[in-house]
Amino acid sequence: MQRGGNRQRAREIEITPDLTIPKVFVRAVQTYGNKVAMREKEYGIWRPLTWNEYYERVQAIALGLTELGLQRGDKVALIGDNRPEGLWAEMAVLCAGGIAVWLYQESLIDEVQFIVDHSDAKFMIVEGQEEVDKALTIKDKCPKLTRIIWDDPKGLRHYDDPALLSLEQLMERGRELAEQEPHRFNDMIKVGVGEDVALLFYTSGTTSAPKGALLTHWNMLKMGQNLMRVDPAFETDDFVSFLPFAWIGEQMMSISCGIQAGFTINFPEEPESALEDLREIAPQVMFSSARLYEQMVRGIQVKYADATWLKRKVYEWGLNVGYAIADAKFEKKPVAFPTRLQWYIADALVHRALRDHLGLARIRNAYTGGSAIGPDHFRFFHAIGVNLKQIYGQTEIAGISVLHRTDDVKLDTVGKPIPETEVKIADDGEILSKSPAVFKGYYKNPEATAKTLRDGWLHSGDSGFIDPDGHLVFFDRSKDIMILSDGRKFSPVFAESRLKFSPYIKDAWVIGHQRPYVTAVICIDYGVTGRWAESKGIAYTSYQELSQEPRVLELVRQAVERVNQGLPEVARVRRFVNLFKEFDADDDELTRTKKLRRGFLEERYRLIVEGLYSDAPEVRFETGITYEDGRTQKIDARLKIVDVEQARGQG
Amino acid sequence: MPDRDDNIQLRVENIHMAFGGVAALRSVSIRVQRGEIFSIIGPNGAGKTVLLNCISGLYRPQRGRILFEDQDITPLRPYQRARLGLARSFQKIELFRGMTVLDNIRLGRHVHMHTNLLQAGVYLGPAEKEELAHRDFIEREIIDLLEITHIRNKVVGMLPYGLQKRVELARALALQPKLLLLDEPMAGLNLEEVEDMARFILDVNEEKRWRVTCVLVEHDMGVVMDISNHVAVLNFGEKIAEGTPSHVQQDERVIQAYLGEKEDLYATRR
Repeated sequence: MQRGGNRQRAREIEITPDLTIPKVFVRAVQTYGNKVAMREKEYGIWRPLTWNEYYERVQAIALGLTELGLQRGDKVALIGDNRPEGLWAEMAVLCAGGIAVWLYQESLIDEVQFIVDHSDAKFMIVEGQEEVDKALTIKDKCPKLTRIIWDDPKGLRHYDDPALLSLEQLMERGRELAEQEPHRFNDMIKVGVGEDVALLFYTSGTTSAPKGALLTHWNMLKMGQNLMRVDPAFETDDFVSFLPFAWIGEQMMSISCGIQAGFTINFPEEPESALEDLREIAPQVMFSSARLYEQMVRGIQVKYADATWLKRKVYEWGLNVGYAIADAKFEKKPVAFPTRLQWYIADALVHRALRDHLGLARIRNAYTGGSAIGPDHFRFFHAIGVNLKQIYGQTEIAGISVLHRTDDVKLDTVGKPIPETEVKIADDGEILSKSPAVFKGYYKNPEATAKTLRDGWLHSGDSGFIDPDGHLVFFDRSKDIMILSDGRKFSPVFAESRLKFSPYIKDAWVIGHQRPYVTAVICIDYGVTGRWAESKGIAYTSYQELSQEPRVLELVRQAVERVNQGLPEVARVRRFVNLFKEFDADDDELTRTKKLRRGFLEERYRLIVEGLYSDAPEVRFETGITYEDGRTQKIDARLKIVDVEQARGQG
Repeated sequence: MPDRDDNIQLRVENIHMAFGGVAALRSVSIRVQRGEIFSIIGPNGAGKTVLLNCISGLYRPQRGRILFEDQDITPLRPYQRARLGLARSFQKIELFRGMTVLDNIRLGRHVHMHTNLLQAGVYLGPAEKEELAHRDFIEREIIDLLEITHIRNKVVGMLPYGLQKRVELARALALQPKLLLLDEPMAGLNLEEVEDMARFILDVNEEKRWRVTCVLVEHDMGVVMDISNHVAVLNFGEKIAEGTPSHVQQDERVIQAYLGEKEDLYATRR
């Protein structure tokens, strides 16, 4: 299915070794001039910014930074929500020959300090008070950090640290310099070559301290080009930038593809309103983590549950027709005429409304990457006519190496390599890849570089195989593989993503590696389960209380049982507990990209795991929580252990 | 204290308010300086809200007078006081639950609207211009300040309590008041929401564009002591102390009024 109106596509750029991101940027400015480069929703209105204005801002910031003493090869740490200023600053750093280091907006002090210190960042460009506070806290411990530049004045009226400077002031200085030396900016850009490092990207690391991957201009440009050789993007397209800039997928779209294809980048008003703003823009291209798609499905399921009988019936029928079509598409079978006819009606009645509601009314390509998305979610999106595709790749290969092709989507694969990319499987099952986008190495970490990069092949640490159709099948990180009691390998992520298809389950952690049977720790979705409880007249005061409510446990048990039916006998979840809280990246339970950190969980919830493998009917969990401001709170939770099969008796 | 102190914005002089035989306020006087945060505290039933209601015009005291910017406002009705620049929020949320956040705030702008019914019906021209100017003000100075952008089109009744409290503050601000009366702005909020609310009150008080004098009735001692410039303590309808937070905390009578326990002054967060 192709959507997207009248499209114009720029001719493909020939990427030569001297080409850099700033050079492509300048070219885009010359080509598109007064066309809209980005929009930001501010004070309730979408405010456009043309390529020429974008250029002017980038020039001012770049020259301002030079004035402050930025040299070629210096690192600049960036932190903040998705906003135009963030993109200008990054582009400016690249134009000045610097290296951009993005941090996750919600990073805690220790992470910020580690990355700023390890990367030798000289400047920090931050958003507002919260980030300024973080920067000031770490400043004394990061001697190389000299200036902190902020752009949102809110709450900063009493701040007088001499290291602080507003982006406005910085740009003023840059503009003065531009007047004195009008060629300075272009000269800076001309010096760069493709082999220069553009980004220093810290990988979230499910197991260890973050490692900084060095990506060159060449890497980034090549990756964007090869992606668009598969799925062309057009200058008439819209893209919504709402995932962290510190995530490689966002860089891929906003920086690499954006300037090559010339599409418009839209910034939501606030992170909280991103989904609504997405709907207003209705982008043609979207790349997001599995989380967001899961959240979308959950939102629909909740609305469905609240709808009237007639609406529910129409929805069920429409979705079933959609599923039939989607399954036929996956199996590449022709669709019978009667089904096709039904599909036209279902699309008009149900699918179109759902797509519109999700902000996917004009979507041509929706990508998901980062972590695996469950097959149920995948089928759902295809059933409503959204061309959802899996992307596979690492930060170390600029984000993408393998991708589903339109009309060649298989549920359990991640697709085929993009052009100029080779993927092979090592003897031990590890996925190796080679492409122009493979990174230079880890910053200040030659051992890790040597381990990851051998003869130009990137060793991913993931295992997988290539199926007869040439599709790559991958089992998350090698560490995520479980060896079941019968010696079979099994991916817990698979079971977890299926569990998460239940709207009541927000997160699941499946345990079973070298254990007699499989168990799970479930985090209920507070909002959805809470509403369900209210509708059933169940009173509760907290997450913890709701999670242990017998009827909620039964609700979750049924969901687990349903998922079990689709799993091999030995991989079925036999027992589970509902955890007293949600997993949180601030507690180190998830990475910043929201993947489970299994090793850490195993350690932290050792008591619970032991309980799951004992005969006890419940497990008591005591722990202390330390808040950011130093206060501590004791948690003493009793978690009921539920046997999934118990309802049918012991046999 | 000299009577002609220019800096005094609100002057409550010896007001007396009784409901039947119960004297809720007995000759209470307070002076609120321009640009400060003034808190009224006291045990339950001390008459705090009654005092606030007298200031906003909901009650009319039997004796005494209230001067706002040297004008005697005692005989004025609440809406007349609102026009002079007195706005308030309520302890229990008094919003229009079926209307959106934006509409609730717009309503607060009503006193500043000059368009008449006919012009509004035609809309084009001056009415449109005025409407846009008001919307711009609301967006820039209120919605953005109070961080409620993501809910501006949501119906108020569907929002969590903490956000409703914020909307109530937003509506009060839409009046562009010179003095803001806040009745227990922290009541029923969780810790994070309390911190947010305290910051918003400080913003409104200190931000150049606002500089609004705030008078608040509050139970949360931590907040009161942190953000107030002056505190008045009521007990059984009488003012028993007034001064800076640290001064009030050491006052013997205040300590006694709070059950004689020093810690209690800080530990009243429910």
